[in-house]
Amino acid sequence: MFGYSFGELGSIFAMQAFSGLILFSVFLLMALGLAIIFGQMGVINMAHGEFMILGAYMTYLTSHIFQAYLPGLFSIYFFVAMVVAFIVSGAAGLAVEWILIRHLYRRPLDTLLATWGLSLMMQQAFRTIFGAREVGVELPQWMMGALPVTDVIEVQINGLFVMALTLLITGGVALLMFRSRWGLQVRAVVTNRVMSGAVGIDTRRIDRLTFGLGCGIAGIAGAAFTMIGSTGPTSGQLYIVDTFLVVVFGGAQSLIGTIASAFTISQSQSTLEFFLSGSMAKVLTLLVVIGLLMLRPQGLFVLKVRK
Amino acid sequence: MSTANTTTKNRHLELIGIGLIALLILVVLPVWLDAFRLNLVGKYLTYAFVAVGLVLCWGYTGILSLGQGIFFGLGGYCMAMFLKLEASSVANTKIQSTPGIPDFMDWNQLTHLPFFWVPFKSLPFALIAVIAVPSLAAFILSYAMFKRRVGGVYFAIITQAFAAVLTILIIGRQGYTGGINGITDLRTMWGWDIRTDGAKEILYFACAFLLIGMMFLARFVLSSKLGRILVAIRDKEDRVRFSGYDVASVKVFIFCLASAIAAVGGAMFTLQVGFMSPSFVGIVPSIEMVIFCAVGGRQSVVGAVVGTLLVNYAKTSFSESFPELWLFAMGGLFIAVVLAFPRGIAGLFTDQVVPLFMKWKSARDGATPDATPAPAE
Amino acid sequence: MPKKPPTDLQSPLRRKLLVGTAAASAAAMMSSPQQAFAQTFPTAKVNTTGLAVTDTEVTVGILHSITGTMAISETGSVEAEKLAISQINESGGILGRKIKFIQEDGASDWPTFAEKAKKLLVENKCASVMGCWTSASRKAVLPVFEQYNGLLYYPTFYEGLEESHNVFYTGQEATQQIIAGLNWVNETKKARSFYLLGSDYIWPRTSNKIARKHIEGHLKGCKVLGEEYFPLGHTQFNSVINKIKLHKPDVIYAIIVGGSNVAFYKQLKAAGIDLSKQTLLTISVTEDEIDGIGGENIAGAFACMKYFQSLDNPANKKFVEAFQKMWGAKTVIGDVTQAAYLGPWLWKFAVEKAGSFDVDKVVAASPGIEFKDAPEGYVRIHKNHHLWSKTLVGKARTDGQFDVVYTTPDLVEPNPFPKGYQ
Repeated sequence: MFGYSFGELGSIFAMQAFSGLILFSVFLLMALGLAIIFGQMGVINMAHGEFMILGAYMTYLTSHIFQAYLPGLFSIYFFVAMVVAFIVSGAAGLAVEWILIRHLYRRPLDTLLATWGLSLMMQQAFRTIFGAREVGVELPQWMMGALPVTDVIEVQINGLFVMALTLLITGGVALLMFRSRWGLQVRAVVTNRVMSGAVGIDTRRIDRLTFGLGCGIAGIAGAAFTMIGSTGPTSGQLYIVDTFLVVVFGGAQSLIGTIASAFTISQSQSTLEFFLSGSMAKVLTLLVVIGLLMLRPQGLFVLKVRK
Repeated sequence: MSTANTTTKNRHLELIGIGLIALLILVVLPVWLDAFRLNLVGKYLTYAFVAVGLVLCWGYTGILSLGQGIFFGLGGYCMAMFLKLEASSVANTKIQSTPGIPDFMDWNQLTHLPFFWVPFKSLPFALIAVIAVPSLAAFILSYAMFKRRVGGVYFAIITQAFAAVLTILIIGRQGYTGGINGITDLRTMWGWDIRTDGAKEILYFACAFLLIGMMFLARFVLSSKLGRILVAIRDKEDRVRFSGYDVASVKVFIFCLASAIAAVGGAMFTLQVGFMSPSFVGIVPSIEMVIFCAVGGRQSVVGAVVGTLLVNYAKTSFSESFPELWLFAMGGLFIAVVLAFPRGIAGLFTDQVVPLFMKWKSARDGATPDATPAPAE
Repeated sequence: MPKKPPTDLQSPLRRKLLVGTAAASAAAMMSSPQQAFAQTFPTAKVNTTGLAVTDTEVTVGILHSITGTMAISETGSVEAEKLAISQINESGGILGRKIKFIQEDGASDWPTFAEKAKKLLVENKCASVMGCWTSASRKAVLPVFEQYNGLLYYPTFYEGLEESHNVFYTGQEATQQIIAGLNWVNETKKARSFYLLGSDYIWPRTSNKIARKHIEGHLKGCKVLGEEYFPLGHTQFNSVINKIKLHKPDVIYAIIVGGSNVAFYKQLKAAGIDLSKQTLLTISVTEDEIDGIGGENIAGAFACMKYFQSLDNPANKKFVEAFQKMWGAKTVIGDVTQAAYLGPWLWKFAVEKAGSFDVDKVVAASPGIEFKDAPEGYVRIHKNHHLWSKTLVGKARTDGQFDVVYTTPDLVEPNPFPKGYQ
């Protein structure tokens, strides 16, 4: 079959499965922040990619600070960088919500446009501050490279890292949503905003925190993606179509939906890429997702909501 | 006062507006500007077609499409295919290994014209295709979704994904489409050289007349009974459905109409600029076209055209003097419009300028009590 | 003035100017020749077609993207062109006239390029334009330059398949970049099998086609194991990396551009493909790109170019020094940046040979024009408007520079329509 031997087929299978899992983690990490916001407010944040790149630039800055002042601790700077990315992106998100988004809750389509305007401004800000060229983010040695399993199969360390991170953050978000008081309030607001307000939940505050959290997670994702992608003023644009589709395909108001959708899209893309050329695989994946969305417009999983 | 009164007044205002636009683009600009600037305005006017279409489907029906570039591009490509075939006559292309086919096909080892290119040798077919192909695409895209009641943000994201798919396809299948460079070096239409200054001027007027025609068409649709249904759909879709209207079909129709109008713009773009490339099909130009419409006023046909002209004028002059600031200005403008003036320049005009004018007029007339009260109050 | 006298004049004059630049003795050149030029070359004679030339000044255009996605790549070209213009001005200008430049932003948008090109030619009457980077932008402006008989100096290495009266291509066309590199890797690395990768658009596709024809038709016993393309901006390469691991090609031949480049090399390294053992040959990574990729992620890869910043010759040392003095010590200089630097100089030499700024005369004078002190060494304009230049292979170091490991012994002839490779 396809000119491979049985042993090779086994290896192909193992390696492709692993690549698929990495892709799944990447997609999920990209989409998580956006999904939280979309689920809470029905708003797509078009500047999501730029918040990710903000996180990536924070990683870049942190690495330089560590190189200059704490060279001995450089091998662990990445953890600090992720915290910085979360805080900065999250704070930026809170500010944006306060200045911009809160005026637009009744007009979700307008939010789409306003956040697009925001993304333009953020891109130009990055270009002015960090220059038009892409910056290279230096990573600690231990994060690059692979662990050999057999002589064909190797496991990427940064892939494992992204998987672990995704697991951790998804777990964290799930805990927050389903075990904390704040999560309870969020779910209440999603189910019935007016009623939640009536029973004393500060819906405005919940919205703001959700938006900030979503942007903060985008920042972490951006920090993590310095391992696998580029960091430049317009790099955020590379992720938007994939991210939006994962979220929309997953359906609003459902963490499980986002996970399932990221899994489906990543697996189909990864498999198609193996048998076809990269760009045809991409086209087919997008068309399949669009087709499925036409059949199941509200996404994979839907929470019943009272309107 | 009655709403009917306001509506008639707005209708009169719009008609006056269309008249002023016609005066501006048919008389003032051609007299005032040199050939180069006029050609630029001609290019802006082609974007205004898209904006007029967006008024119909977004401003009045509430369907936000972030993929209007698809239809603008398809219309443009249909036109470009005809022009390219005419430019690739056997005589013009005799240095190629296969003379008589477009140069980019020859570079990609195609030895005969692909089947879907063949009919584009005929101008009437190409002109029909300019409307038919994008409308068909719009129909396929929207039918399934509107039947299943997909709307709002979902529809916006799906149209955006479609724009991405189409861009990848056009760039990747370069033997059939000209790839990332697009279809370039277009020369004549039925032997008439479209590159000369004289031809550009004629094309400019053709474009201007078509645009005014489209504005009247849009006005006609909006002031008909269909127009009322559209507004009703935007404001409470379910109620319209419960009243027995086939909401999905109406939405599909208006979306196809908007796409066809955009496609005419695309075809005029190809004629005036002299090429078509996938960079007009993608996500960014599609959203920019929404900006034009939003700035001018999404609920005003006149406003959309004015907005397109103003934003593009600002873009050209800004990027000539402060290129660094252009994205800030554009982003800021977008946010400001959405946040503070959701009805754009047109809204600003009818809400602020018109009442002032009325006040001034009634003051001058000695405050006759029978003067019409200002609509905004 | 009849045609003859300038021809007599030009050669000692030009030599003098060349010496002048090399020695950078600007001040000495300034005083006397300036007036002499003005008398020898009155404006009415050197400018018969209404270009923006006065007794003291000549206007040229710079047309690149300084906003939008292409700004990343085009910044270097703008810097190089400005440097060349300021150096030419310091050494006395062209025919006694200082160069004044008008810069326009193409904004990574092809109609904008066409629009601005038209503005530069029609409104500003620029005597020449240095500009464009992507093929799409060049294709968009080409009809404008042909219609208004302008002059464009285009710096990027590109896919060929073009030859215009109005354009000089100071970068390499595809065969100049590909064939020598493949021959080298075949001979020195004993490479027999190749895996071709590229971003999905015209330049990588055309280049890979030439590479495939060369590998299958001209290199003995060599074969192509696979050929794949990815959409521009693609960021996930794990599947293709798996395929490479299975096929075990001797050489990975990569023509991936933009943000994808960074993703590709990072993921390649993470997947355990060690570029010191696995040969990788690219024609799309210059010093500029390595800035974003990170030297440690690409060290060991081979790039096939005509210029590297580390090139060891006196002209290049001066160029690098002047460039970094003007634009910052950390600025790196890639192949295209150097090619952009050639544009104003080649134009200057051609104008001086022609004794006129008229486009047709400059074009007629151009074939055979040499630039002996070019940073890349020596270049000469071919009658097909491309440059004769050498092809170099460099090996990427961790500091983001290249070690030159191979240089073609002779200049490579440009051949934009290569027979047998189409």
